[in-house]
Amino acid sequence: MTMAAPSPAPAHDSGAPDVVIDVEGLSKSFGSRTVVRDLTMQVRRGLIYGFLGPNGSGKTTTIRMLCGLLTPDSGRGTCLGYDILTQSAEIKRHVGYMTQRFSLYADLTIRENLEFVARVYGLPHPRRAARDAIARLGLQNRADQLAGELSGGWKQRLALGACILPSPQLLLLDEPTAGVDPKARRDFWDEIHGLAHEGLTVLVSTHYMDEAERCHEIAYIAYGDLLTHGTVAEVIAHANLSTWTVTGPDLAELGEKLKKTPGVDMVATFGAALHVAGRDAAKLEAAIAPYRQDGARTWRPDEPTLEDVFIDLMGRSRDNFG
Amino acid sequence: MTDFDRQMQEVDARTRGARAAFGRWWATFIKELIQLRRDRVTFATMILIPLIQLLLFGYAINTDPKHLPTAVLIQDDSPFARSFLAAMRASDYFQMEAQATTEAEVDALMLSGRVQFAVQIPAHFGRDVIRGERPALLVIADATDPVATGGAVSALQGLAANVFSRDLLGPAANLAGKPGPFELRVHRRYNPTGETQLNIVPGLMGVILTLTMLIYTALSVTREIERGTMESLLSMPIRPTEIMLGKIAPYALVGGVQMAVILTVGRLLFDVPVLGNIGLLVSLSMLFIVANLSVGYTFSTVATTQLQAMQMSFFFFLPNILLSGFMFPFRGMPLWAQAIGEVIPLTHYLRIVRGIMLKGATASDLQSDMLAIAAFTLAAMTVAVVRFRQTLD
Ligand SMILES: Nc1ncnc2c1ncn2[C@@H]1O[C@H](COP(=O)(O)OP(=O)(O)OP(=O)(O)O)[C@@H](O)[C@H]1O
Ligand SMILES: [Mg+2]
Repeated sequence: MTMAAPSPAPAHDSGAPDVVIDVEGLSKSFGSRTVVRDLTMQVRRGLIYGFLGPNGSGKTTTIRMLCGLLTPDSGRGTCLGYDILTQSAEIKRHVGYMTQRFSLYADLTIRENLEFVARVYGLPHPRRAARDAIARLGLQNRADQLAGELSGGWKQRLALGACILPSPQLLLLDEPTAGVDPKARRDFWDEIHGLAHEGLTVLVSTHYMDEAERCHEIAYIAYGDLLTHGTVAEVIAHANLSTWTVTGPDLAELGEKLKKTPGVDMVATFGAALHVAGRDAAKLEAAIAPYRQDGARTWRPDEPTLEDVFIDLMGRSRDNFG
Repeated sequence: MTDFDRQMQEVDARTRGARAAFGRWWATFIKELIQLRRDRVTFATMILIPLIQLLLFGYAINTDPKHLPTAVLIQDDSPFARSFLAAMRASDYFQMEAQATTEAEVDALMLSGRVQFAVQIPAHFGRDVIRGERPALLVIADATDPVATGGAVSALQGLAANVFSRDLLGPAANLAGKPGPFELRVHRRYNPTGETQLNIVPGLMGVILTLTMLIYTALSVTREIERGTMESLLSMPIRPTEIMLGKIAPYALVGGVQMAVILTVGRLLFDVPVLGNIGLLVSLSMLFIVANLSVGYTFSTVATTQLQAMQMSFFFFLPNILLSGFMFPFRGMPLWAQAIGEVIPLTHYLRIVRGIMLKGATASDLQSDMLAIAAFTLAAMTVAVVRFRQTLD
């Protein structure tokens, strides 16, 4: 699936703090396991900020620390100008948090769930607010269906709807599109872009590369460490990977051999092609030279993709980790 | 001022203050009410538990305490002994099952359960009566079922008085007056106490309310944790007190309905009166209901799983049954047990409910019990609010 590149981050002429999330040295461990280590990040207003990383790398834990659901062991910072350690009550008023696992009430209908949220946030007309939200989400036909009986895609729509109902300043979306079909994902992202355009800041965690490419900025976290951040182009450039694309016969066999060759840092199959990458261009070239000579396959120098960079990063951090 | 600042101020304004707090309480209340209505099982048990319990126990109360299997051990051959026996036969409370010859035989009959009653007329009983020595007529009652034997014991007392006032004529007639020509010594075996029938329905109301209220709220917070909805709830600007009161309120209504069911059935089927003020009874019962809901809720905030919360509830429920005066008379318990009992809301509620229903007690009579329950409730709620985990740590 290809998606349109993000429109440039909208500039706002506001006096409000320009940096919505500003944290420094956040760490969190459960028992003896450090899940987030010394994390520092800044997210500017109006940005869609992608948060990427392998399973168990600490994305959810970080998001929970940002909205006051977990207390960091050390570090400090602000969210919307409020201190994350002492002002979580204020933060909660202005942040919409969409949990990774569906966490609205399965035994309430869509309408009842939305009315509950509207009442908790003190909206003046909860029933009307819920009705409007239902119309905006296109859920009119299902308004009286129990939330637990909805399909995955509709659940996500409902959860997003509940998040934005109280007009928050910041959205924290934890893998909002996991298990959702491509069409629904695209609609979801169009909606997120619309919200960012209105001035909302969105921090969204995801495992999808195409979604990462729709973010204004991304950060990559692996096993508790924030390894890289910036725009997609910056992240790719920063990785300093030289990449070759190979096409031809017996790619699987070639891939296995290359993985064991020193100087090759990453090998990945993309359909009918093999991506081979290395952090040291000269070493890589030397490593692949014998295979290029047999002439059976076509070798072409290429730009690394975001995925190449991430797979390389993941491999590297696992080396350090283990 | 920018749009953002304006928007943030607007949100701040509508989430601050007492009105906003009330709104959040209301939100939780409505939500819980809907969930309660949709949970068929809970909804059904709400009415069925008190009804079934009451009918079950009520059946025990209504069990005809007559024709109880009885053994006699006669060691005296006086006319008094014979007429006493005849009177017992004539009364439909006793059914003569066995004529024992030794005390050991009586013991065996009681132990095996073949008889629930034994009457022992000791040697020289008639002679001692005439001599005015007030001999003892020993009645042994199997009191493991106090409800069943209670009526028979009192019947026996009346019976004895009648028989002897008729038989004591002539020179012994002056003995017929007080303090009675002989002593009726009742031994309640296996269970040294005997509850009167009317005590049961009011007491049962307290026990049923304790059990159901405790369990309803004990599950409420742990359920949110286990279903994952806690994460959303905690990310909203709602405070522990608002959540607690919002979760307790719908069940207080349920408790009110249960109380109405028990009182109505108690009145219609078992003729249990309400001598005192019904308004006072209802308001103090609501206080008691809230007390137990708070305990359950406290367990819910301490436990991490629904199972744990259930176990805590049962652990709390046991002393409620044993030390509150429901099972054994409160004043008969050792002091340390009474001290524990004084903490339990049911202890005070039993005094309140028996006092109002059976003795017509007024608010001023029950002041200290009221205060005790209120203090307990406040303490439980405080613990719950303090213990409520506002983070997922
Ligand atoms: N409450 C907790 N107690 C103990 N361990 C925890 C707790 N929460 C998370 N962890 C552990 O911390 C690690 C990081 O978890 P986290 O959910 O932050 O990862 P993630 O990046 O969101 O992963 P995923 O992509 O699978 O959602 C995991 O190994 C997880 O098992
Ligand atoms: Mg996660």
